[in-house]
Amino acid sequence: MFKIVQRQEMAGGTIVLNEIEAPLIAKKAKPGQFVILKANETGERIPLTMADSDPAKGTITIIYMVVGKSTALFKSLKVGDSYQDVIGPLGKPTHLEKLGKVVCVGGGTGIAVLHPITRGLKEIGNEVVAIIGARSKDILILEDKMRAASHELHVCTDDGSYGHHGFVTDVLKEVLKKGDVKLVVAIGPVPMMKFVSKVTLEFKVPTMVSLNPIMVDGTGMCGGCRVTVGGETKFACVDGPEFDGHKVDFDELMRRLQAYCDDEKKCYNDFCTMQQA
Amino acid sequence: MVEKTDSKKTVQRQAMPEQKPEIRRRNFEEVPMGYTMEQAMAEASRCLQCKKPGCVEGCPVNVDIPGFINYVTKGDMTGAIRNLWGKNSLPAVCGRVCPQEIQCEGNCILGKKGDPVAIGNLERFTADYERLHGTGELPPKEKPTGKKVAVVGSGPSGLTVAGDLVRKGHEVTVLEAFHKPGGVLVYGIPEFRLPKEIVFSEVAFLERLGAKVACNQVVGRTVSLDELFAEGYDAVYLGVGAGLPKFMNIPGENLIGILSANEYLTRANLMKAYQYPKVDTPIPHGKNVVVLGAGNVAMDSARTAMRLGADSVRIVYRRSREEMPARKAEIHHAGEEGIEFCLLTAPTKFVGDDKGRLTGMECLKMELGEPDASGRRRPIPIKGSEFMMDCDLVIVAVGAGANPLLTQTTPDLNLNKWGYIMADPETGKTSKKGVWAGGDIVTGSATVILAMGAGRKAADSIHKYLTWGW
Repeated sequence: MFKIVQRQEMAGGTIVLNEIEAPLIAKKAKPGQFVILKANETGERIPLTMADSDPAKGTITIIYMVVGKSTALFKSLKVGDSYQDVIGPLGKPTHLEKLGKVVCVGGGTGIAVLHPITRGLKEIGNEVVAIIGARSKDILILEDKMRAASHELHVCTDDGSYGHHGFVTDVLKEVLKKGDVKLVVAIGPVPMMKFVSKVTLEFKVPTMVSLNPIMVDGTGMCGGCRVTVGGETKFACVDGPEFDGHKVDFDELMRRLQAYCDDEKKCYNDFCTMQQA
Repeated sequence: MVEKTDSKKTVQRQAMPEQKPEIRRRNFEEVPMGYTMEQAMAEASRCLQCKKPGCVEGCPVNVDIPGFINYVTKGDMTGAIRNLWGKNSLPAVCGRVCPQEIQCEGNCILGKKGDPVAIGNLERFTADYERLHGTGELPPKEKPTGKKVAVVGSGPSGLTVAGDLVRKGHEVTVLEAFHKPGGVLVYGIPEFRLPKEIVFSEVAFLERLGAKVACNQVVGRTVSLDELFAEGYDAVYLGVGAGLPKFMNIPGENLIGILSANEYLTRANLMKAYQYPKVDTPIPHGKNVVVLGAGNVAMDSARTAMRLGADSVRIVYRRSREEMPARKAEIHHAGEEGIEFCLLTAPTKFVGDDKGRLTGMECLKMELGEPDASGRRRPIPIKGSEFMMDCDLVIVAVGAGANPLLTQTTPDLNLNKWGYIMADPETGKTSKKGVWAGGDIVTGSATVILAMGAGRKAADSIHKYLTWGW
């Protein structure tokens, strides 16, 4: 059992943070890696990239948006409750290297995953520009943490309720125009990563994205997480989750994420009805 | 002697009662229902108690078959299970999934003229009897040796090693990457062939014997091999299986609706997705399902799809019926359940709609040419024979390869060119000191019992190493 020691709701309760006791995983976890969580006996195995880990305390942190039955079930867990299973750390860690000027672009809960990578890039001596975005101000997360983890932070909202009115790609273009950017790291919704990669391709700046496709085991066994990268099939769980954004077939990834869409909607609605009753 | 043989012949091989095909094709309950005590005793009485039993030689773990059957003949089920446990920690599993027709029963002297003794059915009955009505009394165990062994993977070979070594007095911990123990017995083999409750009960038996089972431990990620030694383990056995799904590598393979058999069966078996939405893991429900491949995993996938309510399920295989690698009994069961066989047919590409969902598959007809390296006649495409097959779900069951997760993080472990671990076939010893390996990660995909056989040899070798240092 993996006990929740800290819990925090963000973005009006649509996003939840859990700090979970998992000493073996915390000892090994590196930025960019993920865990698989299963709430209870009948629960689904859900992969989530870690937002943080603390080897001394023996805990890991995940931040997730409530989008379906499984994440709604996660949200119902209180401090002191436990996840039945947590497996990890899985996937390859981010390759952190001193390059010079780097830009970290995050959207939605992707910001949570981006944060330890941004911090890591700054710690080893890069000049870090961070750009984060959300649909509107009330669902923007981790602004302060991202400010502390970078040298320069830009905030965007789609509706203009806070910071720059528009998409992260608008600000990214301006930053890239100034030149000298060695690497862009983009983590967020698939369309965001797709358009960031499009922009950086124009500027010929290497770009790394972190993918979160549907998977079951997370150890290379099921092949459910296959993505096309540079015309080749890769397994996100063991070959990734990070890939060269210029080579990823994002359209295929978006379609594959819809595989169980109808099932999921029904399951989530039933769960919400049951919770209300 | 002659008189005795004649009297034995009067008893016919007891048929295993089974669920009728038209009923079972839509449920997940076990197909064979098991013998009654009377049937078991009658079947056991057919055994000639040969002085040089061929059946034992045919068994990869050398179960004392005439010995345990003799107890069944007398109705002494406690004696029977204790005898079985002497050589086999997983009798309820082996009685169900072993290919007895080419092993013990294939060597039975009665099979020369008639039907061999139903050894598998008797093994199953003995184990089931113990589980349902047994005394729960454990077999004897040797004094603690103070030596610690880590077994990586809780599939058939790992459980065999654990069972053997714990009884020899060693402290054994089994590390499993999934959230439940059993390996392929749990994620791969369907409920209707091997109820999961039975696997868990076999694992619980090992735990009662003193083995520890730790789930959610991905060795190579959560903990490395060297860290296991640093933690104080004296020996490590690797039985991690061949868990890398093979795909066809033809256009359109990443359309929605094309799954590896590993994924499909893991969803159905480990995650129990056939009970969705009672459980949270979904599984695709195809109307027209195609399974590529013709091994046991293909049969399991096809029969699962039928149980999930498919209108049609087709096995598409590029060779002919003769070359199908699945057990005859499995092919027979699948056929009875309405699964069609499209033989000498190979897919060339998958096609889908504008949402990326599979709608069909282009195929080529094949003919058989000269034998290839495997000794089977090579299938050759017939020019211009392309045709379309409508389907909305394809399960790819064309084999598995070596999963590199553990071996990548253990550079001092020698691998062959396919990525399988090199191990001495007699002892299971690898190139790394204190590390043994066996089962599919050494041989490539094989059977439960062969993995158990490898586990037995490795356990003997580990025991020698722990006792005498070599």
